[in-house]
Amino acid sequence: MATAFRDRILMKGNEAIAEAAIRAGVQAYFGYPITPQSEIAEYMARHLGEHGGVFLQAESEVAAINMVYGASGAGARVMTSTSSPGISLMQEGLSYLVGAELPCVIINVMRGGPGLGNIAPSQADYFQATKSAGHGDGRNLVLAPATIQEAADLTALAFELAERYRNPAMVLTDGITGQMMEPVVFHDDPTPTRTPPAWATRGAGEGPPRVITSIHLEPEALEAHNRRLQDKYRRMQAEARWEAYRLDDALVAVAAYGLVARIARTAVDRARAKGLRAGLLRPITVYPFPSAAVAEAAARVRGILTVEMSAGQMVEDVRLAVAGRAPVGFYGRMGGAIPTPPELLAELERFAAEVGVR
Amino acid sequence: MKQVFARPAALTDAPMHYCPGCTHGVAHRLVAEVLDELGVRGRAVGVASVGCSVFAYNYFNVDFQQAAHGRAPAVATGIKRVLPDRVVFTYQGDGDLAAIGTAEIVHAATRGEKITVIFINNAVYGMTGGQMAPTTLPGMRTTTTPLGRDPATAGYPLRVTEMLATLDGVAYLAREALCGVARITRAKRAIRKAFQAQLDGAGFSLVELLSTCPLAWGMTPLDAQRWLEATMIPAFPLGELVPDGRQRRG
Repeated sequence: MATAFRDRILMKGNEAIAEAAIRAGVQAYFGYPITPQSEIAEYMARHLGEHGGVFLQAESEVAAINMVYGASGAGARVMTSTSSPGISLMQEGLSYLVGAELPCVIINVMRGGPGLGNIAPSQADYFQATKSAGHGDGRNLVLAPATIQEAADLTALAFELAERYRNPAMVLTDGITGQMMEPVVFHDDPTPTRTPPAWATRGAGEGPPRVITSIHLEPEALEAHNRRLQDKYRRMQAEARWEAYRLDDALVAVAAYGLVARIARTAVDRARAKGLRAGLLRPITVYPFPSAAVAEAAARVRGILTVEMSAGQMVEDVRLAVAGRAPVGFYGRMGGAIPTPPELLAELERFAAEVGVR
Repeated sequence: MKQVFARPAALTDAPMHYCPGCTHGVAHRLVAEVLDELGVRGRAVGVASVGCSVFAYNYFNVDFQQAAHGRAPAVATGIKRVLPDRVVFTYQGDGDLAAIGTAEIVHAATRGEKITVIFINNAVYGMTGGQMAPTTLPGMRTTTTPLGRDPATAGYPLRVTEMLATLDGVAYLAREALCGVARITRAKRAIRKAFQAQLDGAGFSLVELLSTCPLAWGMTPLDAQRWLEATMIPAFPLGELVPDGRQRRG
């Protein structure tokens, strides 16, 4: 369709995320500059006001996430964005957000670590994103886009899921996806207007006052609260999303998410061209992790090679899901290094030989 | 029979958990009376901090959020920015505001956030059991300065309100003391002016209230009141530091 071509916009990943959030009806953005995601804040500073939203540059990531807490508690659709070291600073706020069950969206454009590390793309914050939300037993919803189109789509979905589950939702991406440009199509659904939820603190009027808190002094009360949260995380498992690519007749599978899954996809195509029946399983949500899909694939293939831009983090979830049904291999690059398609093809061939696939 | 004294509508009838001789109850009541008198109870949103007043929301009959330690001004900023016609206030102690939350209070003030901060300064960490606070006086004994605060190693008390008085975003700043009827009456007047500054959209407002902590100080309630008058007030002079209720420019 001609309009479809006209609607394709060449955009940087960070800007596409910001535009998608505006179209999703975000009412407030609070953030602190950090490379490689500052374009999100800059885009919001230019455009959010045009849509009646609030943009505020905070004095730190610590303050930004707490502004998110206040605005979310007041019933606004709200977000922040940062990169790895900033997420470390936001861990405190994330814990309070999950404890108080406040919805919000956090964009994490991952860079190399540990410490100040560098500003190159990385996937080394998988544990930090998926295993807990700060201290305590809390969890974030975590969505991991592989393209700029998907980054835009998942940003919109993140708001929907955050509000459905009253829980923070994180879009976990990387410095390349944030910085590179690709065509993106925005679905021009009208911005859903949000009725402020009944629990939001907006002034009690003549009604009973509402309280947003995460403190429950009595162990039995806090345990009951935790049981409710755990029930919610179990319900969230239904939101697991993944992509299976050439997996139906595959003898060996690659498990990869985000940027590295794109490179793995090319390696899978090249392996197929050489007669190796390879496939790709790409988690789109990394919390909830698509364990059932991984287990199902493990029952059919001779082995699963997990590829990450980290020392091996998602591979632990792959192993838990595979539960010994098949050998699980790992190949990773660290510090912002990006594997090439020939490099992954060689690893895939080596792994296939190891598990007896030719 | 004519009723001449009643509980403010902005306070609940929940029994307070505060210790005998603690002035949190007085401070709560003053804030509640001001919310009533200004007719803003129904559109007020409070932010509780971490410390003895963490459960302030049990006593205020208004919507409340509980913030992480020191972050109340950031939380209040988030609320006020999305609900600019609400009356937003934080209630913070000296550990919360003047130690872990120094960045948040300074930047909320310099941005001229239209919020009101009630700052309880009792020179000690009460809830955690009497450790040194940023406002602990030189020589004062706490559980972490058992021989008295030695400025050579533990530094000097922080006068945050004086620091904030240098900032252009501030519309109203005062320090008062919760000892004796005359001073408590003055404190209420300051709290009312602070909330009025917010209602006028003038900028950031804060009232520091010198308060007692008899348990952590190791004193009877009466001795604590006397010590506040004799020792704390000279170290933290009372009065309006930014009195005009108007945001200063340039």
